[in-house]
Amino acid sequence: MIINTHLSETAEVLIKSICARYKHDEHELINVLHEVQHHLGYLPEEVQQSIADELNIPVAKVYGVVTFYSFFTMIPKGKYNISICLGTACYVRGGELIVEEFKRRLNIGVGETSTDGLFSLNSIRCVGACGLAPVVSVGDKIYGRVTPQQVRRIIDEYIKIEEDLEIAP
Amino acid sequence: MVKLRIDNKEINVPKGTTILDAAVKVGIDIPTLCHMKLHDMNIENKPGGCRICVVEVAGRKNLAPACCTAVDEGMVCNTNSVRVINARRTVMELILSDHPAECLTCAKSGECELQDMAHRLGIRELHYTGEQSTYRMDDSPAIIRDPNKCIMCRRCEMMCNEIQTVGVLTAVQRGFKSVVTPAFQHDLMHSECTFCGQCLAVCPTGALTEVDETGAVIRALADPKKTVVVQTAPAVRAALGEEFGNKPGTLVTGKMVAALRRLGFDYVFDTDFAADLTIMEEGTELLRRLNGYLKGDKSVKLPILTSCCPAWVNFFEHQFPDMLDIPSTARSPQQMFGSIAKTYFAEKLGIDRKDMVVVSIMPCVAKKYERGREEFAVNGNPDVDIVLTTRELAYFLKLFNVDLNSLPEEEFDKPMGESTGAAVIFGTTGGVIEAAVRTAYEVHTGKDLPRLDFEELRGMQGLREATIDFDGLPLKIGIAHGLGNARKLLEDIQSGKSQYHAIEIMSCPGGCIGGGGQPYHHGKVEILKKRQQAIYLEDELKTIRKSHENPYIQKLYAEFLGEPMSAKAHSLLHTKYFNKHNLAHK
Repeated sequence: MIINTHLSETAEVLIKSICARYKHDEHELINVLHEVQHHLGYLPEEVQQSIADELNIPVAKVYGVVTFYSFFTMIPKGKYNISICLGTACYVRGGELIVEEFKRRLNIGVGETSTDGLFSLNSIRCVGACGLAPVVSVGDKIYGRVTPQQVRRIIDEYIKIEEDLEIAP
Repeated sequence: MVKLRIDNKEINVPKGTTILDAAVKVGIDIPTLCHMKLHDMNIENKPGGCRICVVEVAGRKNLAPACCTAVDEGMVCNTNSVRVINARRTVMELILSDHPAECLTCAKSGECELQDMAHRLGIRELHYTGEQSTYRMDDSPAIIRDPNKCIMCRRCEMMCNEIQTVGVLTAVQRGFKSVVTPAFQHDLMHSECTFCGQCLAVCPTGALTEVDETGAVIRALADPKKTVVVQTAPAVRAALGEEFGNKPGTLVTGKMVAALRRLGFDYVFDTDFAADLTIMEEGTELLRRLNGYLKGDKSVKLPILTSCCPAWVNFFEHQFPDMLDIPSTARSPQQMFGSIAKTYFAEKLGIDRKDMVVVSIMPCVAKKYERGREEFAVNGNPDVDIVLTTRELAYFLKLFNVDLNSLPEEEFDKPMGESTGAAVIFGTTGGVIEAAVRTAYEVHTGKDLPRLDFEELRGMQGLREATIDFDGLPLKIGIAHGLGNARKLLEDIQSGKSQYHAIEIMSCPGGCIGGGGQPYHHGKVEILKKRQQAIYLEDELKTIRKSHENPYIQKLYAEFLGEPMSAKAHSLLHTKYFNKHNLAHK
């Protein structure tokens, strides 16, 4: 799925400033993509075209890199991005069961975002915390030795945060 | 030098040589699939991806790909051990496990390197079944992409990015999902593709092929109400013979004319006639710009760039939109031919342009795109109706039981079949500018040329330059073939470094003789050199070798056009260019 959005002025200013900081060096493509995604959450076509123009490289090359690395995404991420490690250690300790449980509970597939825009799900390879396998991260928060039974609690934790936000004002 | 043994043969080779190249020197032909090397042209594809060329190297645990493993002192290689043969066959079977088994109906059948390799490795049975790729086809007016037949050899990607610097095709995704495609998996028509066709010229399989328009020609020929006119580009006559078993470099001009008559064309004409016309227009434009420049007119820009090559036109429209006023406004010979055929010649015959079908035989796939450009039509009726490549003409002749080799040599029809030696050299790099020099010199100086052969403009080097003495005026000429080389010249013009008065550019390595519509060279560059020699031979054999001396061109101006760059010539023979920068993505 490719979501077309018109490139906003702020996004354009952002891309220009990031590329300028990297001196428009095409070898910094991955770092540029990293930063742009950090700010925008994802890398739609227009963003990739703009980066290609700034670095003076074919947009096909940018697209090739974006699709090669699973960290980059062309689909907007949910507010809470759930990543399940499927590196060797996490995999043998049941990482895939955790993925299945998240898919079932959220009713979305890996790489997708829930319709309310709250959660997105993706699998990653080794986060370097094999001692905690299987590992799940939500945003910057890490959950270790996760069991399928814990999945519901993790999801509820964020639904609770959202509910509190709604009541707060 | 490095000493090593390959299959018990001792050999000394320079440091840095690959096992593959070293093996060739002792008569060992290691099979390769993704690898492709165009010697002397500095073109090599060796991603080491397919693993067909693996060999055993004593002391190494894993098999080594011969195409990208450099030799070491004392190395001992084995290219045909049981382990190697088994590995090769396994690799081949795995490649075939995700390849459609459509050989009988595939456009590439008989020319397919994958098919040949499966045969060479003795694959009689496939032991692996699994998931198959299912991509949609990408149709454009010139090139068909069928990613399901892609084996990820990356040759097209190398041509598109490194040689042509067009940057449309690239490998995306990873693992099983990896495929070569334009950005965002868009169609070629929605990319910056120039349709140069060098991707399909090197594709080992049927993943990239030209659009087959033979059927449309057959229908036109069968329609009694249509007058069907054919034109043949200069490079076709130097390559068509190869498709009928002749040695590369065999000229088949007369037999080709006879063959086209057998197919039933009403008039067999020559694009060379239009090439002479191009020289009249482009040469006049060159001299006007040159004289203005010499008089100090600041509005005149130099250098002037040739504009015969449709892929080159697409290239600068997409990538150098700030330079649209530099190329000559002269249309390509194909389009000049169509324009004159459907006006001047149709009037002579007393028929409406709608009742005339103009067919081109071209060494090129970009010509299929060019003929469809809106500016080359009158009220929706295109100047050129159908374009066939050299390869398509060969299939067509075989389909119609015409054996080229047994035919007599015949002459082109008049008036649009008469041409000069200057026109025929349009088919090779350096030829257009040499033809222009022959005419521009005589027009500019009013003197006869002291010589006709300009060796300094000839050759196969990607970038060349020469200075021709125009009776005291040193005319500086630049020549580029391959769009990557063209880019270098354009960037020099942009930065004000360029010293040239005139530049010739052809998109394909070697010029049109190496076009995307020519018989497949399968990586053998000698073939291109032979075709180039044939082109210069035809030039030598011509009695008239300067475009402005073509009596039928003189007659065309006297009867119809007036003079070069007249208002009528301008409307029929010139064009304008469009800014297409990033158009594909907007």
